[in-house]
Amino acid sequence: MAKPSAVETSTFEAEVLKAEVPVLVDFWAEWCGPCKMIAPLLDQLADEYEGKVRFTKVDVDAYPELANRYGVRAIPTLLIFRDGTVATQVVGAQPKTTLKRHIEAILQGA
Amino acid sequence: MALHLGVTGGQGPESDRIYDVIIVGGGAAGLTAGLYASRAKMDALLLEKSVWGGQIAFTGLVENYPGFPDGAMGPDLAIWMYEQATKQGLQTLSTEVTGIELRGQIRVVQTIDGDFLAKAVVVASGGEHRKLGVPGEEEYAARGVSNCAVCDGAFFRGEIVAVIGGGDAAIDEGLYLTRLAKQVLVIHRRDQLRASPVLQERAFATPNMSFIWNSVVEEVLGDTNQVTGIRVRNVKTNEPSVLDVTGVFIYIGFDPAAAILGDLVEQDEHEYIRVSDLMATNVPGIFAAGDIRVNSLRQLVSAAGDGCVAGLSAYKYVTEEFKDGEEGAAVAATRSASSAAQ
Repeated sequence: MAKPSAVETSTFEAEVLKAEVPVLVDFWAEWCGPCKMIAPLLDQLADEYEGKVRFTKVDVDAYPELANRYGVRAIPTLLIFRDGTVATQVVGAQPKTTLKRHIEAILQGA
Repeated sequence: MALHLGVTGGQGPESDRIYDVIIVGGGAAGLTAGLYASRAKMDALLLEKSVWGGQIAFTGLVENYPGFPDGAMGPDLAIWMYEQATKQGLQTLSTEVTGIELRGQIRVVQTIDGDFLAKAVVVASGGEHRKLGVPGEEEYAARGVSNCAVCDGAFFRGEIVAVIGGGDAAIDEGLYLTRLAKQVLVIHRRDQLRASPVLQERAFATPNMSFIWNSVVEEVLGDTNQVTGIRVRNVKTNEPSVLDVTGVFIYIGFDPAAAILGDLVEQDEHEYIRVSDLMATNVPGIFAAGDIRVNSLRQLVSAAGDGCVAGLSAYKYVTEEFKDGEEGAAVAATRSASSAAQ
């Protein structure tokens, strides 16, 4: 069962920017209710896309520099990276089907 | 906070299943409708596109919901309402509704996950924050542009932020931001606030809240990564100016999320849905509750009250109109008419 893995500033380059596959980064915090509401959906998606898309999460309280680097000033924000750059930004809690559409678009090279 | 508050995603539409009631919108009105419908042993499904609890999930301390003498945190109330309703049997799905149509006596709720069928529908989809409609607003969404001080305020500690608007929401959220930001600039297009007297009193007594009157925002400025300022214009003198802010919190009003209905039910000129005192629209089997209806007080307690009425009205409608199990009264009437003819 794949689960989103926690990344931090020191592992971000290797885990996200240099990854062979697209990487979804979930910017979240302990105090963020909507973040908790989408967490189970991301767990399910991590399972469904195992091997195709890597799922990660960044605690913005612990690593504000990562949020700052990508201009994230609202959470939940999901960034999907491809080849080291941000390909898609998804703001706020969204239905699973909407998230899937974003992921499929990335996988199809859109 | 309960971590198991999972949106029960993944369950697709079941083409032949007819729910007793489908509720559109998981805010206070929808969750209360779901609570009452489920307690009445109805097969009830609630559809929500974002966050359980609706607007209260995005507020801080709620001081005017009865039963909580010291107030209660909005996100906590949201979770408790969700848990209470689902404990009573309410089914939920995270999806976006795109339309509602009639198929004889059946109400079809169209979503991005396919069609769902029901005997009755409660529309409790609330509203959406009105946008400024200026350049930079979309581009910098979640990069400094926000509608939720409680959610995003923590990103602006020690910075200068702007609040756009002069009503209760603008001032309430602005006051919250004064505890985090160095300074809060309230930009209002008139020369006085519309907010309630108690909020105005607090606002004028708060040293790090200041007011820029008679002014409108014309552009949100940024460095492609984040917001760096706003360009405003004084509507009296036409004089433009640039304010260096890193956050822009927009509270200029609210519009009903009624687009899913098209012109299926009667609405007023602002697209709020007209309902009877039983929350019934002019279309049988379609009810509306909460902020989406005409004359809503837009309070948590009134939304919950509407939800109760709509849930029970839907129950009454379904029991009366679908007496013979799955068959509607119309079906039954057709059958008795044909048997009488034999």
